Amino acid sequence: MCWPESGAELAAAVRVARSHGRPFVARGSGTGLAGGATPLGDPVVIVTTRMNRVLDVDPQARVAWVEPGVLNLDLSRAVSHLGLHYAPDPSSQQACTIGGNVATNAGGPHCLASGVTSAHVLAVEVVLPDGEVAQLGGLEPDAPGYDLRGCFVGSEGTMGIASRVAVRLTPNPPAVATMLCDFTSIEAAAAAVSGTIAAGVLPAALEMMDARITRAVEDFVGAGFPRDAEAVLLIEVDGLADGVAEQVAAISDVARGHGARTVRIAADETERALLWKGRKSAFGAIARIAPDYYLHDAVVPRTKLVDVLRRVYEVADEQRLTMMNVFHAGDGNLHPLIVFDRREPGIWERVHDAGTEILETCIAAGGVLTGEHGVGIEKRDLMALQFSPDDLDAQARLRDAFDPDGAANPLKVLPRGSRCGELQRVPEGTWI
Amino acid sequence: MDLSDLSALDELVGAVTAATAVAPVGARTQWEVGGPPPTGTSVSAPAGVVRYEPADMTVTVGAGTSFRELDAVLGQHGQECALDPVDGNATIGGILATGLSGRRRLRHGPVRDHLLEVRVVDADGRVVKGGGPTVKNVTGYDLPRLFVGSFGTLGVLGHVTLRCRPRPATARWFRVADGAHPGFRPSAVLSDGTTTCVLLEGAAADVRVQAEGMHECDPPAYLTGAHRGRISVAPGRVAAVGTALAQTAGVRWLAELGVGTVHVACDESADLAAARAIADAHDGWLLREAGGDDIDGYGRPLPNLALMRRIKTAFDPTGKLAPGRLPL
Repeated sequence: MCWPESGAELAAAVRVARSHGRPFVARGSGTGLAGGATPLGDPVVIVTTRMNRVLDVDPQARVAWVEPGVLNLDLSRAVSHLGLHYAPDPSSQQACTIGGNVATNAGGPHCLASGVTSAHVLAVEVVLPDGEVAQLGGLEPDAPGYDLRGCFVGSEGTMGIASRVAVRLTPNPPAVATMLCDFTSIEAAAAAVSGTIAAGVLPAALEMMDARITRAVEDFVGAGFPRDAEAVLLIEVDGLADGVAEQVAAISDVARGHGARTVRIAADETERALLWKGRKSAFGAIARIAPDYYLHDAVVPRTKLVDVLRRVYEVADEQRLTMMNVFHAGDGNLHPLIVFDRREPGIWERVHDAGTEILETCIAAGGVLTGEHGVGIEKRDLMALQFSPDDLDAQARLRDAFDPDGAANPLKVLPRGSRCGELQRVPEGTWI
Repeated sequence: MDLSDLSALDELVGAVTAATAVAPVGARTQWEVGGPPPTGTSVSAPAGVVRYEPADMTVTVGAGTSFRELDAVLGQHGQECALDPVDGNATIGGILATGLSGRRRLRHGPVRDHLLEVRVVDADGRVVKGGGPTVKNVTGYDLPRLFVGSFGTLGVLGHVTLRCRPRPATARWFRVADGAHPGFRPSAVLSDGTTTCVLLEGAAADVRVQAEGMHECDPPAYLTGAHRGRISVAPGRVAAVGTALAQTAGVRWLAELGVGTVHVACDESADLAAARAIADAHDGWLLREAGGDDIDGYGRPLPNLALMRRIKTAFDPTGKLAPGRLPL
């Protein structure tokens, strides 16, 4: 393992690894959920956490150059005095790095309106798998030739390692309204989500939490969530005052039309922050219920939320598992969460089988395998559920153009050998 | 024609497979962009809406569909796709292949951010899918973004799925004084060096409040001229580029402030060459859009040329797709 402190050291680390015939794996904070940074075989692990400087901030152009080890939330804090923030906000934003965000094309609640990481990365200076340093993309709106920046973002470390990233900063909105709507059935909440989008409203964030997770969070942080709700929606709209008011009214109508018991609007910044703390503490809260959890990540069309969620709970019941759901409902990004105790004999198989069946359900509903966590190891061998051999072959050709020798994060993303969807357990020790 | 299954691409597959050199053709509104028009067998993608789910805010169309047709369909449900080509006859495939972002990019993002999924006919005539049909997806490599701006040199777009959005309740143009604040997240700020116009969109009352002290105006006219191009330069350098262009007789220009795109039009080819020299001097790139017979490609070697060539070879080993279109 090595911990470079500069772009030059990072490039040197890659070259040394290559000169010894060793593959390499980049690693940030290790918060990834799909095992993309987990070393397989005997790679050199290159950790970017010591490259944690914000190099340059241009408030006029609203661009910051940062090193890959800068933590997501630290970046927003570093520019908050300018009235700016970095929009993608994964739940792990206190711990995850921008480099890791680039590798996974990370999302977050506020990506509903503003898009995931790729929409916020203008340029990346990368150490390519052959050790050469190249800038992909640029501050100009259209870099000439192929969109190499677009290829690199979300490539999960298989096309090289980012050594500097130019990110777009977003102006803080003049007005924000955060709403909490609670429902007596999960179907009603899901229907309200579909209804909101169908009504032509695109909130900044639209999150859903089911009864179990709501109670767990309430026990954990006391955010003021109703403990007797079957589901709550946390909705945020932002922009200018009148547009915000119009959207709040429209969403309230839709929510009440779908049976919302209460529609609460955060009175001030303190209440707003508390509601979000509740949402973002979900994964800490569940540690109080069971020692282990398996968090899934799939996307379905927003019109299919009700049907797919129903099936997700059925699958859990059939496998006698405890299922919770806390997710980015507005963009159809499900995060079925199975909590369990790994000491229970046979439970791994049930957790695994349930997960596979849920993903198959999502794909059958016109969805995709992962919305923001990435493929990594976890879903590598499920890729054939979504892609044909020809599709995978095209992806392999792109990857090989960047990395002809297969030295960058080998054995990730694309399935080996047979492309017939051979299933694989997440390896022991993977942080899921 | 029923486009809902992939047999709708059979004709395109057959044409690509049979040809030794393939020239993907849309509506020819960007026919001269980049290099000279490609030579070879003309092939076209099917036109028409394949699937539209207003409640999902996604739409799948044949790449040969015109922007005008798509816009009419989405408009019936109060939605739009903020591509905004100058000519409504432009096909969706052509807009994507030439990487042509519209003038509301400042607010709504570049064209690459609107594309969710592609079905492409590759050099061997295989239909390859990339991306996914949902509004959020990170499964596998981002082939859709690779194809945006690839000028048909890696595959021919067949079906594409786009992200839609609600049409703004109000959209009005205003003239703003030099240096005046253009409002919160305007959709466009266009300047020709003497006049700056801003497009404000959203709730009517918000637009009214923001526009206090501004004068409503017509949308700035698109530039015309036999020799045209667009400069892509860091937004912070647009003012300097504008100053230099203003001193060049024969060059008309319109800059998208905050974006970094500067549209230029001239009556003489030599003036477009002069505009390119200005772009080069500011680390920008002038992409020829029309005319400019004596200038080609981007005027200097592309960065990361070796990597781009490897990608081209990987997708099109015999070089049959849109030969000559990109300076690779």
